[in-house]
Amino acid sequence: MEDIEHIEKEMKLINADGRRLDGRKADELRPVRIEAGVLRRADGSAYMEWGGNKVLAAVYGPREAHPRHLQDPARALVQCRYNMAPFSVSDRKRPGPDRRSVEISKVISEAFSAVVFKEQFPRTSVDIFIEVLQADAGTRCAGLTAASVALADAGVPMRDLVTSCASGKIDGVVCVDLNKEEDNFGDADCPMAIVPRTGEIVLLQMDGHLTYDEFQKAMEMSIAATHRLYELQRDALRRRYSTTLEDIMKESPPAPAAPMSESESPLPPEDDFGPEGI
Amino acid sequence: MSEEIVSELMRAHVYRLASSGQRVDGRVLDEPRKLSIERSFVKTAEGSARAKLGNTDILVGIKMSVGEPYPDTPNTGVLSTSVELIPMASPTFEAGPPRPDSIELARVVDRGIRESKMVNMEKLCITPKEKVWIMFIDIHVLDYDGNLFDACSYGAVAALASVVVPAKNVNLGENFPLPVEHWPVSVTTAKIKDILVVDPSLDEERMADARITVTTDENGDIRAMQKGLSGSFSYDEVKRIIETAQRVGRAIRPILRSS
Amino acid sequence: MQGSGSLRPIVIPGEAVGGPGLKPGPGTYSEGGQLFAAQLGIRNEHDGLVSVIPLKGRYIPQRGDAVIGEVTDLGASHWLVDINSPYPAPLHATESPWRVEFGDTSRYLKVGDVIMAHVLSVDEIKRVQLTMQEREARRLNGGMVMEISPTKVPRVIGKEGSMISLIKDLTHCQIYVGQNGRIWLDGNDQDTAIAARAIRLIEERAQAFGLTEVVRELIEGARRETRGPRPS
Repeated sequence: MEDIEHIEKEMKLINADGRRLDGRKADELRPVRIEAGVLRRADGSAYMEWGGNKVLAAVYGPREAHPRHLQDPARALVQCRYNMAPFSVSDRKRPGPDRRSVEISKVISEAFSAVVFKEQFPRTSVDIFIEVLQADAGTRCAGLTAASVALADAGVPMRDLVTSCASGKIDGVVCVDLNKEEDNFGDADCPMAIVPRTGEIVLLQMDGHLTYDEFQKAMEMSIAATHRLYELQRDALRRRYSTTLEDIMKESPPAPAAPMSESESPLPPEDDFGPEGI
Repeated sequence: MSEEIVSELMRAHVYRLASSGQRVDGRVLDEPRKLSIERSFVKTAEGSARAKLGNTDILVGIKMSVGEPYPDTPNTGVLSTSVELIPMASPTFEAGPPRPDSIELARVVDRGIRESKMVNMEKLCITPKEKVWIMFIDIHVLDYDGNLFDACSYGAVAALASVVVPAKNVNLGENFPLPVEHWPVSVTTAKIKDILVVDPSLDEERMADARITVTTDENGDIRAMQKGLSGSFSYDEVKRIIETAQRVGRAIRPILRSS
Repeated sequence: MQGSGSLRPIVIPGEAVGGPGLKPGPGTYSEGGQLFAAQLGIRNEHDGLVSVIPLKGRYIPQRGDAVIGEVTDLGASHWLVDINSPYPAPLHATESPWRVEFGDTSRYLKVGDVIMAHVLSVDEIKRVQLTMQEREARRLNGGMVMEISPTKVPRVIGKEGSMISLIKDLTHCQIYVGQNGRIWLDGNDQDTAIAARAIRLIEERAQAFGLTEVVRELIEGARRETRGPRPS
């Protein structure tokens, strides 16, 4: 009985050609789009669509840390708040933090603490806000990747961008970037974040069941994917700061964006998204 | 919304301009900022809209679920509106439970929708006294650049108009659009000393002595009002404000209705 | 090639900006003999020193900076001044241009007043002191204050003050630029609005070449328009 169920599940998540439900290969990312500098009040911001995820990230600071007893006389605090909008999931989420979002906020704060030059801004805080507007598994990876662009957009000094991706196992096959069904019915999920230039791993979580070999395969897939994402992050920042003077003279909105990136990344065309900009 | 200081110098500058009918951003006194609406922004919600009023940017998502009616209204659906002033939107917003500002805001938006009978709530009754549709309007403020009352109301009205009730999911027949029958439009006026400005910008709002929100329907009838802040209005001013709200409302309504 | 529309390429944190033999300047860091950008900005090399001129970022006070501040609080012998930085900046009564009796600070500066002051000192944990004893220091009356990104201040000022002089000459406005990104402008309403537009343009396109000409065109165009047939 259990075996039959298992076979049925296998049929469902990965087909005979090794393709996933949404047609992706095991090492293929969902479509990704990043825009930098999308909010007016925040010091830095970014919007990201990653598969069915829509996330917004904003950065304030360095600013005076409140309450004052939290101030560190030697360095800035890096504080992240990850939050899901009530309408971002199929069953309405009650507003406010829950244990999951508190944990995610903590590990993301720590990941960014590893790259920000905190000593330049004693007694301040760098506040990072991540809002999940529409969730489709992998929201912490999308939030972190977007927040990294927002930090750079805010002009916060840092060693490098941070880039995040997850890999996991579905029906016994190691795959990168699980979507919601794959996450719900899969066997393991392993989100990570890396400093792409140096290879330092600054976030790592795992749940489920992986052999040591599978873990290595998953990490290799994630690392390869973060290199592609890193280029998209950099491209978003370049586009943000490369509008021409003619555009501004006409007072037109920020440039309609150059082609995504010239790297031979195997991303599907990004035509299934809504209108440009946020 | 803790106070941010506005210098005496800027107060004087804004007032001097306003005295000659001008505003810092180039508008005339009774001119709202540009409004744009993007519908169905969030696929996880049954209805949604992104509303940008100038640089004020909000996202509204509407979730529908089945639940019990209130005992005193056994034949009507339930409407619940909340606003989250998330710290992303302004350096003055802090995380935490809703404060009086966001509760007032949610209630004023809710009142305009409820009192105008925008949605026919009786058609949202499934079994009297037992089962009705519950609408959760969740308003997420993303970028705060003044006048949340109107921006939130426009977003909520546009989002409601895009709702498809997921009846099929709960075996209650075919999905159907929300029965929308009226179109309330909220118009907020701020008073700076003796001068009235429509759709206050952030700076204008921060130095305003008094504020009033008037929601009118397609007949120009008044459906909700809220006066705020510690200043006051003369009765003549209130009448002028209502007439402006009717006129501005007529200009805004087609933007909310068009899909 | 480098017409008014072209831009200087930007560098992104983590990007290599120089190899061995070059020295790391502001906005960069070195690791393993290589230099990398620490901030989003424009790479600059001068005498073997590589720096990144930031395009965004908060104002961090430095000794001697001219700043425009807003009085936010007062004590018996000092005022607390917001200078648009992460650090609150006290101005002690003895550093004011007035002889202030103990407890009489409100006679000279009130909450909400705007001042032009200088940064007297910044210690290692970024405690700031202001002074109003420099020549241009004063309380600012009339006019308006606008805020731009502090990183764009050098572009607004221009080489040896050329850009700001151009704006002053063309608009007949009186203008003070604080290193903290606050700019005070005074003139008639139309000229002030035009000057503010020109400054906004510089802020938005600070990394572009040929800005001076663009700014001149904008101001002259706008002034022709406002002087044209316009109901008074």
